[in-house]
Amino acid sequence: MTSPTLDLSRKPILILDQVTMQFGGLVAVDDFTAEIRQGELVGLIGPNGAGKTTVFNLITGIYHPTKGKIVFDGIDITPLKPHQITHLGIARTFQNIRLFSDMTVLENVLVAQHHKFTNPDADRILKINGKSAKRVANFWFWRSVLKVGYLKFEKEMVSKAKELIEKLGLSKFMHEKASALPYGDQRKLEIARALATDPKLLLLDEPAAGMNPKETEDLMRFVERIREEFDLTIFLIEHDMKVVMGICERIIVMDYGRIIAEGTPKEIQNNPKVIEAYLGREWEGV
Amino acid sequence: MERKLPKKLNFVLTLLFILFVAFLLYLANEKLDEYVLRVVRLIAIYGVMAVSLNLINGITGIFSLGHAGFILVGAYTSALLTLSPEQKMMSFIIEPIVPWLANVHTDFLTATLAGGALSALFAFLIGWPILRLSGDYLAIASLGFAEVIRIFALNAISITNGPLGLKGIPEYSNIWWCYGWLFVTVIFVASLVNSSYGRALKAIREDRVAAEVMGINVFKHQLISFVVGAFFAGVSGALYAHWLTTIDPRVTTLGPMLTFYVLIMIVLGGLGSISGSLIGAALFAILFEWLRDLEEPFVLFGMRVPGIKGMRTLVISVIFILVMIFWQRGIMGREELTWNNIYRWLKRRGESG
Ligand SMILES: Nc1ncnc2c1ncn2[C@@H]1O[C@H](COP(=O)(O)OP(=O)(O)O)[C@@H](O)[C@H]1O
Ligand SMILES: [Mg+2]
Repeated sequence: MTSPTLDLSRKPILILDQVTMQFGGLVAVDDFTAEIRQGELVGLIGPNGAGKTTVFNLITGIYHPTKGKIVFDGIDITPLKPHQITHLGIARTFQNIRLFSDMTVLENVLVAQHHKFTNPDADRILKINGKSAKRVANFWFWRSVLKVGYLKFEKEMVSKAKELIEKLGLSKFMHEKASALPYGDQRKLEIARALATDPKLLLLDEPAAGMNPKETEDLMRFVERIREEFDLTIFLIEHDMKVVMGICERIIVMDYGRIIAEGTPKEIQNNPKVIEAYLGREWEGV
Repeated sequence: MERKLPKKLNFVLTLLFILFVAFLLYLANEKLDEYVLRVVRLIAIYGVMAVSLNLINGITGIFSLGHAGFILVGAYTSALLTLSPEQKMMSFIIEPIVPWLANVHTDFLTATLAGGALSALFAFLIGWPILRLSGDYLAIASLGFAEVIRIFALNAISITNGPLGLKGIPEYSNIWWCYGWLFVTVIFVASLVNSSYGRALKAIREDRVAAEVMGINVFKHQLISFVVGAFFAGVSGALYAHWLTTIDPRVTTLGPMLTFYVLIMIVLGGLGSISGSLIGAALFAILFEWLRDLEEPFVLFGMRVPGIKGMRTLVISVIFILVMIFWQRGIMGREELTWNNIYRWLKRRGESG
């Protein structure tokens, strides 16, 4: 593998500007400022409770920051709702898997495509038979209920979903309920579902949680692969530093809601603050 | 592996089934006596109520307890439109009817559609505040709104005739209207459920936050489900009013009790299953009619026991509680009675046998 390098020439796709999130008296994220550049694979590490998941919840609009600003692709997304942020091209997975458990693998992926039809601003995403998504979105509800010119789109959606499921190696579970999948495959399905929304930026929250070293290694290769294949920028949370050392170009280290270090894996490994945190506190997986 | 019947065969079987049911209904209409026929018609009306509530509660996962409110809106709206001006003039004895309502008179179909539309509009309006809430709060707020409608019907005397209710409503709900509307309801709701929108609604039920993150505007989709459900609840109200021929705003006719009954139907049939709702509605109608005897005086060990009013509601409630405790998935769970499922089931039996 080529050693990851920091390329400052790429333009930032996500900017977090002095973002703070307070839950009552608890400051879960404190004055968080960071940039993710186009095409980068950035790791966010830190002990449990550091505020990593909260950062993702802020980016995806599940929470709105008490202070600060979040800009994605030149658009201020701070006040936007989760579905609007997804429309703009951010997708994520959850630390505690949140699949639609009573629906099949295929249905889970299909759900992620639904917004392309209902969102009138989705021109960039979908063009079927030369018709823009805007025209599809009009009366989409009536079309889908009365099945007027709908089945063609449904077919298109299904074939796209199947293709994606195949790519991720989940074909044999196509019509299985999501809850019936082995743990590791559930994690993969979450990634498949996120990819189906057609993101530019993918946020992965501890994708290797609960996996053994071999599975973790496979997953990291897998992340690298989809990054190439889908031309993604990836922001990845992990509490085990060793896992991300190999694949991330840049790592942000969080503790108690604050960024305590940032840099290439090498820099992070030698950073006295990080070392101190390692020695002074118990880190899982280290 | 997914086993499927060819699409054409599926279509032909469905068509044959519909024709068969239509034939059965025709026979029933010709041969059965009026008492039994009333129950047969009621099954279809309950069916429309159950399928519409199931869309809201079972498919989308909105725990609404306001169904009777929508049914009431449909019932009153349609009845006020089919009652003749003379009838309205005569029955509004406390206060005369408002002039703009006194002279409108429409056919049954228009009245039914108007009932559905007004109910849908109402759902659209109360959906804005109610759907911002979640879980128990939503349940209580929807129950509250339904009660507000009922109290309105009780007090807006010049529109609804208040506590006296509306009498002499023409008995238009014949077997064809009832089953025709049931057919339309089932086709519409099933078609919605089996579309991209239906998947989105189920996703919201499964995990609201994940659905949002998948780009689904949860509020808008819940509102769609709520409004569609309310439309058909309004339609069922119109059918119900023209089946009862007398409606009033008491708790037991178009109040919380009715919501409770419809809830029993969909839980018994299986929350989230359309075929389950139909089975639940049929079972409820038959069981409830059959239990009517409990409220008549009867002889026990040579002793005359007077009829106890409300006894069958008590029995039904006990059955409901037992179902909730021991059999939460109901008869169908979330499965549907489709030809494909029947085929798969038969095949599996064949393989194991
Ligand atoms: N919705 C919430 N309400 C209150 N506190 C929260 C909420 N979400 C997260 N927290 C708190 O914020 C802190 C950071 O949590 P989290 O972001 O999940 O950490 P990490 O993902 O790094 O393990 C924790 O102390 C957690 O308890
Ligand atoms: Mg976390």
